[in-house]
Amino acid sequence: MGSVSEFFQHLMNGLTLGGIYALIALGYTMVYGILKFINFAHGDILMVGAYIGLFVFDGLRGDAPLGVWTFTAFLIAMLVSMAGCGVLGMVIERVAYKPLRKATRLAPLLSAIGVSFILSNSAAWMFGTQSRKLAYPFHNDSIVVGGVVITPHQILILAVSFIMMIVLKLFIDNTRMGKAMRATSLDQDTARLMGIDVNQVISLTFAIGSALAAVGGMLIALDFKVYPTMGTMTGLKAFVAAVVGGIGNITGAMVGGILLGILETFGVAIFGIPQGLKDTIAFGILIIILLVKPEGLLGKAEKEKV
Amino acid sequence: MLNFFLLIVIYTGIYALMAIGQNVITGYAGMLSLCQAGFFAIGSYATAILSTTYGWSFWATLPVAALLSALFGVLIGLPTLRLKGDYLAIATLGFAEIVRNVLNNWDSLTRGPMGIQKIPMPSIFGFVINPYKKTGFLVMTIIFVLIAYFLFQRLARSRMGRALEAIREDEIAAESMGINTTKYKVWAFAIGASVAGVAGSLQAVFSLSVTPGTYTFMVSIMVLCMVVLGGMGNFKAVILGAFIIQLISYFPQLVGLSSMIPPQFKQILFGLILVVMMIWRPQGLLGREVRDYSRLTGEKGSVFRKKAKQAVSSTQGGER
Amino acid sequence: MILLETKGLTREYGGVVAVSNVDFQVNQGLITGLIGPNGAGKTTLFNNMTGLDMPTKGKVFFNGHDITGKPAHRICRMGIARTFQNIRLFKELTVLENVMIGRHFKTGKSPFHGRFLNALDSYFRMSREDEQMYSSALKWLDFFEMGELCDELAKNLPYGHQRELEIARALATDPQLLFLDEPAAGMNPQETEHLMETIGKIRDLGITVVLIEHDMKLVMNICDSITVLNYGQKIAQGTPREIKHDPAVIEAYLGKEEE
Ligand SMILES: Nc1ncnc2c1ncn2[C@@H]1O[C@H](COP(=O)(O)OP(=O)(O)OP(=O)(O)O)[C@@H](O)[C@H]1O
Ligand SMILES: [Mg+2]
Repeated sequence: MGSVSEFFQHLMNGLTLGGIYALIALGYTMVYGILKFINFAHGDILMVGAYIGLFVFDGLRGDAPLGVWTFTAFLIAMLVSMAGCGVLGMVIERVAYKPLRKATRLAPLLSAIGVSFILSNSAAWMFGTQSRKLAYPFHNDSIVVGGVVITPHQILILAVSFIMMIVLKLFIDNTRMGKAMRATSLDQDTARLMGIDVNQVISLTFAIGSALAAVGGMLIALDFKVYPTMGTMTGLKAFVAAVVGGIGNITGAMVGGILLGILETFGVAIFGIPQGLKDTIAFGILIIILLVKPEGLLGKAEKEKV
Repeated sequence: MLNFFLLIVIYTGIYALMAIGQNVITGYAGMLSLCQAGFFAIGSYATAILSTTYGWSFWATLPVAALLSALFGVLIGLPTLRLKGDYLAIATLGFAEIVRNVLNNWDSLTRGPMGIQKIPMPSIFGFVINPYKKTGFLVMTIIFVLIAYFLFQRLARSRMGRALEAIREDEIAAESMGINTTKYKVWAFAIGASVAGVAGSLQAVFSLSVTPGTYTFMVSIMVLCMVVLGGMGNFKAVILGAFIIQLISYFPQLVGLSSMIPPQFKQILFGLILVVMMIWRPQGLLGREVRDYSRLTGEKGSVFRKKAKQAVSSTQGGER
Repeated sequence: MILLETKGLTREYGGVVAVSNVDFQVNQGLITGLIGPNGAGKTTLFNNMTGLDMPTKGKVFFNGHDITGKPAHRICRMGIARTFQNIRLFKELTVLENVMIGRHFKTGKSPFHGRFLNALDSYFRMSREDEQMYSSALKWLDFFEMGELCDELAKNLPYGHQRELEIARALATDPQLLFLDEPAAGMNPQETEHLMETIGKIRDLGITVVLIEHDMKLVMNICDSITVLNYGQKIAQGTPREIKHDPAVIEAYLGKEEE
């Protein structure tokens, strides 16, 4: 066991975790880019996504042995979960945030905290507080590549998260709707004057962000467990990732997510931070970045115009 | 039943202290902090550790709890306060989680998840304030709340309260009017944290044991709900809010239906309260307290009334 | 005598040079106008002189002291007050309170200040501080004939009064130098006329005024000296008469003749 292969082992683990953070961070960043507001409930949407995925997958799979069908079932579950969370995100925006667009800065934030609490506790009430496991949709026998142990589920996580990110990036950069989203985030009023349906853009932003969170939730469910408050910590960390990358910046969210995943893994494995304090790493990073470069790695410094 | 009601009132008192602190930070200075639970925990553990390991009396641990919480308030405040308000919510929430994490893991000091038991009961003039007998403890809690209420009410009505409100309304304008906004925001944070620390001390000697599980995000949310429900920027209102939220909290037990109503129900209700209040009544049940200058401007104002009248009549030609 | 001056002041935002190498002087006791087309960098120049923004290059001197990069509250305490182009009142506070905030740093050191008895007295009645603040606040409200509106919330005032209240609030800090950013914007001709008189009265109180304004009639009538910015650069400086006939200024406002 050379330390080089050990390093790559941790890098691999970090990348997997980082890919998930990045997916979730995208939702925070997209909403922030357009509404300049942190959607506190985003982490809980991820949790809902994980539950939907879990139930649909279990339902479709039945007793079928692992194989092509189970993998297909997993993909279907993921689509259903994305759709479900997309709608949920849109509904939440309509009901809890839209009436507050003209209100004080604090109002939507408080409302979002309320939504977050409603979601996580409704889940606890309906599904119980015990944690569940999403079964692997394929044989998860690890492969050893040059001393690095890789499991198929890690490859799946990496593949799915990177494909999602690339698709999103292409969508935002190249489609009409993507252009409308960018325009709205630059200047809502002007966008409206140019004939962009701002409400529609906002809805779509929530739908896409929530669908990505659903994927993130399912991928976490593969790696860890599903329980009602699973979204809180993960959501917070993904937010940190978004801030590290530069909130409002799509590429930044991806970079920040992956960076955070790697730093967290390295922090425990290489720098010897106790497992119990793993969660504090992200917040340490948050404080440091806020002090040193508050606009984030790729963000533009934004000062309130007087 | 009566006993149970006393319990609710005691918890109202403990939470009212936290809500008063939150009101300074959120209601007056307009900063959304989510770590009252963290300061609450720091206060509790300060009292627990000092009185068990070091044999201090409860009264001696109180100022330590308050100061330690205030210190942590400043520590978390300084790096984050210079930044946009939205980050604050996350950073403070993260801080509260870190506190809980540390309490859970620092076995040598906090005894980890087991917590600290056998905290001595406080006593005054040889009279032991036994939490099991409730009444004595109730009186003590009420006195704490009253003292805090008067201190904070005074603070809010002073120029500091006005400065905090100016910062809430428009930070840039406040800064341009000669107000050191960073200083005031850090102060608000320190003060708001310190009462939560005192509340923590009370909690420690009320339950006579502390475990990290008590100081969850849920606590911060309840406190936030109290402030939002009662009315931001109004100390009477947040005490009322504290009472209502505690009543809701214990409602199932109060009506003897705790076996039928799932425990999540009240939490869902708290979430709903936040959303619904923001949409329908953002000012809360009682609304913001408006400072009253009638002793200066109104009929009862002595010297100044005359001046004001003169000013008005000289400029408006005597007409209304 | 020069009260305030900038030397080579430059402010860049990314690639945009909002203010470029500007030497700007304000003479004590006079009214100085700062004009220029939209986006010329006037507000940016104000922000850099009042501590709300940091110059990329250059220095600001006030009474001979270097105040470059000092925080806004310190600059205000040194005697520079300002208003904002898009009114920034404390909307949910009353008219009186808005002006009292202007007195904030003039009174008390802490909420529990003074000698013991004094402190006790002020603890229970808060009289001293508030009375002090109140009487000076009232002075400025009267100055704008708004004494009666004391208890109104700032957000409920009509637009013209809001602009005046902002000036009253700034004056309450007892400034030596007052910056007004488009004080007449959105006012009707009568209100503008009235404002013009008021600014004259402020000057007569010995307060130096610097004013950004698009209303040429107002500027030409009341300014003793005018500085013109265009694309971040100072293109002219002089008396209203000189400015009116300056070819560079005419070009900046009307475009080149032959086009
Ligand atoms: N915070 C900022 N970030 C980026 N660019 C800025 C910022 N503030 C000003 N600018 C740019 O600097 C230039 C000058 O702006 P400024 O507001 O100073 O102009 P102005 O002369 O006050 O114009 P107006 O008459 O419209 O008020 C403009 O191009 C503006 O877009
Ligand atoms: Mg301007």
